[in-house]
Amino acid sequence: MLRDITLGQYYQTESVVHKLDPRVKLVGTLLYIISLFLVNNLTGYLAAALFLGCMIFLSKVPFRYMVRGMKAIVFLLLLTVLFNLFLTPGEALVQVWKLTITKQGVRIAVFMAIRLTFLIIGSSLMTLTTTPNNLTDGLEKLMGPLKRCKVPVHEISMMMSIALRFIPILMEETDKIMKAQIARGADFESGNLIKKAKAMVPLLVPLFISAFRRANDLAMAMEARCYQGGEGRTKMKPLQYKRRDYLAYVVFLCYLLILLALRNLRMLP
Amino acid sequence: MASYALRDVSLVIPDGQFIGLIGHTGSGKSTLVQHLNGLLAPTEGSVYFNGEDIHEKGYDKKKLRSKVGLVFQYPEHQLFETDVFSDVCFGPRNLGLTQKETQLRAFEALRQVGFPEEYFYQSPFDLSGGQKRRAAIAGVLAMRPEVLILDEPTAGLDPKGRDEILERIAALKRDTGITVVLVSHSMEDIAEYVDRIIVMNRGSVLFDDVPSVVFTHVKELEEVGLAAPQVSYIMQALHESGMPVRTGATTLEEAEREILRALGR
Amino acid sequence: MGIIEAKKLIFEYIRRDEEGNAEGITRAIDEVDLDIRQGEFVAILGHNGSGKSTLAKHINAILYPTEGIVLVDGKDTRAEENIWEIRQRAGMVFQNPDNQIIGQVVEEDVGFGPENMGIPTKEIWERVEESLKAVGMYEFRKHSPNKLSGGQKQRVSIAGVIAMHPKCIILDEPTAMLDPNGRKEVIRAVRALNQVEGVTILLITHYMEEVIHADRVLVMEKGRVVLQGTPREIFSQVETLKELRLDVPQVTLLAHALKEKGVPLPDGILSIPELVEALGYGNGRRSG
Repeated sequence: MLRDITLGQYYQTESVVHKLDPRVKLVGTLLYIISLFLVNNLTGYLAAALFLGCMIFLSKVPFRYMVRGMKAIVFLLLLTVLFNLFLTPGEALVQVWKLTITKQGVRIAVFMAIRLTFLIIGSSLMTLTTTPNNLTDGLEKLMGPLKRCKVPVHEISMMMSIALRFIPILMEETDKIMKAQIARGADFESGNLIKKAKAMVPLLVPLFISAFRRANDLAMAMEARCYQGGEGRTKMKPLQYKRRDYLAYVVFLCYLLILLALRNLRMLP
Repeated sequence: MASYALRDVSLVIPDGQFIGLIGHTGSGKSTLVQHLNGLLAPTEGSVYFNGEDIHEKGYDKKKLRSKVGLVFQYPEHQLFETDVFSDVCFGPRNLGLTQKETQLRAFEALRQVGFPEEYFYQSPFDLSGGQKRRAAIAGVLAMRPEVLILDEPTAGLDPKGRDEILERIAALKRDTGITVVLVSHSMEDIAEYVDRIIVMNRGSVLFDDVPSVVFTHVKELEEVGLAAPQVSYIMQALHESGMPVRTGATTLEEAEREILRALGR
Repeated sequence: MGIIEAKKLIFEYIRRDEEGNAEGITRAIDEVDLDIRQGEFVAILGHNGSGKSTLAKHINAILYPTEGIVLVDGKDTRAEENIWEIRQRAGMVFQNPDNQIIGQVVEEDVGFGPENMGIPTKEIWERVEESLKAVGMYEFRKHSPNKLSGGQKQRVSIAGVIAMHPKCIILDEPTAMLDPNGRKEVIRAVRALNQVEGVTILLITHYMEEVIHADRVLVMEKGRVVLQGTPREIFSQVETLKELRLDVPQVTLLAHALKEKGVPLPDGILSIPELVEALGYGNGRRSG
């Protein structure tokens, strides 16, 4: 049922990538995304593809899970490609009515498509191999230095992990309220947009009330268990770098250096 | 591997019966009642209402849901209007009734559940737990269903609230002759009200009989995580200790009479 | 001196209408005295609105008395500097199991309290393990709380409190939202804590079958303690309990009815074997 949905689409298996510290994966993904925008030739993309391929292989996550993330952005991808294809000025290749496809347009469109695809697969790989919990922990630790500029880092990460815990509960609740209102003759399907929006009221009002009630209860329960913010708190599962994590950083660095080197090799278009 | 929420369930609910549907959490009782008003569709098999297959093409499900009223567990969580009366009007209004008819039915429904008139125009969120629950039940009753199904209508209420709700339902049954299906996991609560008890276990019907017969299966009930009313245990224990009593008693009055008879008083 | 003490406790709040104007004052707790000794198992019975939950929230310093005083382990709940110590010594379990579990994994939730208290990592793990074992949930330590039954979730909540090493646990209707199996699980865990670990228990409930094992029962009505005594003393007063519309075990009711009809039976029969015995059929057989 609804409770079985794993948020952040975590894929449970034993692999080196799963075991890496979440900070490594966060930083690594960020570096990888940056690298995608540094590349300016096909060789570079080949290297990026090779690197991504190796990571996927190491993660032991079936490839179809990566592609699943693509579905959500197919439309965005097409739009980007079309815009770049038609709106890039330069040497005309084909002319259809008032639209011109230029040589530069094709080049940029292809590069954009590759970049976006790699970007999505790369970040999917991170969420597939890291539990949401670990991810928030990693973020909290990475953003730690921001505390000095009065950014409520601990609070943000606490909020994220509470949200992750309650989303499945609220989803189930939505389903229940929806059914209860359907049993009272409510219609969530038919009608135009305005009618549909109106029909949502009997669903949204109880849902919000429930969410507030839960928030209130939870706040009380947290206080009763001595929660008083991040000050003086210890960690049950503190993040600690291991040897493989340092090694992973080195690998990422090497990858970046290789890409930078390739950038200056202008052999292919 | 397919897992079954319900498996091979066949039953007939005649007009005007008061049925207790019993089972522990996950026994399939809630899934079963959602099939009865078409909220869930069977993977195999059929559901008939007044002789018509409710999953036949063109069958009016909305009408079915007004005829088979389903009150969910914690129904007060579905209240959304700014006052109780408007909330109760939601059901009949969805049926496309006139304003007058809608209000008439809402008024009647609130009366039937014994909701105090002075709170009709209060926000449902300011009410006590028991009153909220009544308002929510009225919201389903206002559609004038022929069958009323209540999924654990007493969950989370205190003994006073529980007795009040159960007495209201029993009175409603007596006055209108409506068919009632009461889902519960407490035998003790429903023993004195219902004509028939259906015990569910792992998606199947385990027992389907009058209370006095069902409650003699103390051991089997215990095995599936249910308990007969304490009275059944008392009679069983007395019988086993050699007191000449019959074990079929389901209510305190019956047990009292039976013991006095055995004592020769 | 008891672990929890309340002297002439009064709690009032101001009722407001929709515009926020004061409508009147409601006295939720009316001169309640309480003295709970270390290691005792005390149950508070009463209807919704009888003030029992309000009383519980005073002991955890979530609410403060309008008048009177509440002492937890000798510390006044009104003093700001005592709050965290009081909350650690008097742990609290609430009604809704979903709304008090913070962690996404069972063991992480149990570790939440100790983390807040600044316990070193190694000791947190020891406490989590021992607490989960005490409520019989150790094998579920890696599970997501969303996939547990109501009774299991409540046991996790109890473990979360035990991990803070409290002297006393207050359970505010912990079984109200559970099915009979879940209720039994929770009550069994609570009794074990009391008997094995010697933790003081204050159980607030409206289910009479849960108070039978308590050392002492308090019945609350309209903010006052109206009855107090051992379970047997309380359940001897069938008529009073009926008037308060509280549940009485069927066996007690039956014995009471039989006695009214002239059958010679003692007051306050609480269990089936007792009744069988009293009716003259007891031969050492124990059932039910």
